Amino acid sequence: MIWIVSFVVFIMLASALAVLLLPNLIAAVAASSVVSLSLAVLFALMKAPDVAMTEAAIGAGLSSLLLAMALRRLGLWQLDKEQESK
Amino acid sequence: MTMPGIEVVFYTGAIGLIVIGMAGVLMVKNVFRMLLALVLLEAGASLLLILSGFRETGVAPILLSGHAAGQLMNDPVPQALVLTAIVIGVGIQALALALILRIKHRYHSLDMGEIREQMEHDIAVNSGVVSPASAQSPEPGGHHHG
Repeated sequence: MIWIVSFVVFIMLASALAVLLLPNLIAAVAASSVVSLSLAVLFALMKAPDVAMTEAAIGAGLSSLLLAMALRRLGLWQLDKEQESK
Repeated sequence: MTMPGIEVVFYTGAIGLIVIGMAGVLMVKNVFRMLLALVLLEAGASLLLILSGFRETGVAPILLSGHAAGQLMNDPVPQALVLTAIVIGVGIQALALALILRIKHRYHSLDMGEIREQMEHDIAVNSGVVSPASAQSPEPGGHHHG
């Protein structure tokens, strides 16, 4: 049990760092979606199933959809160019 | 060697998320990435709240007919609060995205320093401290006199 929790926490913190450090904004949005999903797994392991369901549906699904659509409207939807602070 | 309790690992995750999110909000230059860091901070806060009602031997707070008498539940009150906080968090995120879209439309930039400069110039112009043509580029399309 504790090893599973440590593994999920490690993945969560690593992708939280990736959100701040990745140069590509699409990759950063994907990393924040990974943070939300592993947070949902942690909620399920903490015996809070309703919160886990909500976090997986809204935090990982709806929120990354919103971010990705806003990214497209901002014109930053570029896969391989540096577009920081454009 | 004694293993740390499972709560220690959860606390590490929550406090780590809060620290990373706060560092991002304070240090990042891009406004969009600042919003992402705000989302991280919010996730860490909700994890910490759920953790306040966590029992290591507790069961999920669902009442069943065959519930054992001695079994303790996790506290359902923080869970209900966090459920609300998650939904409100997405609302805040949508509002912030709308503001970012307006900023991009108005200032054609997402960099914090540039936005601040242009905004201060706009405020100065609107309050009459600087005349509109003086501070920025020399007259649009014109030449200097002599």
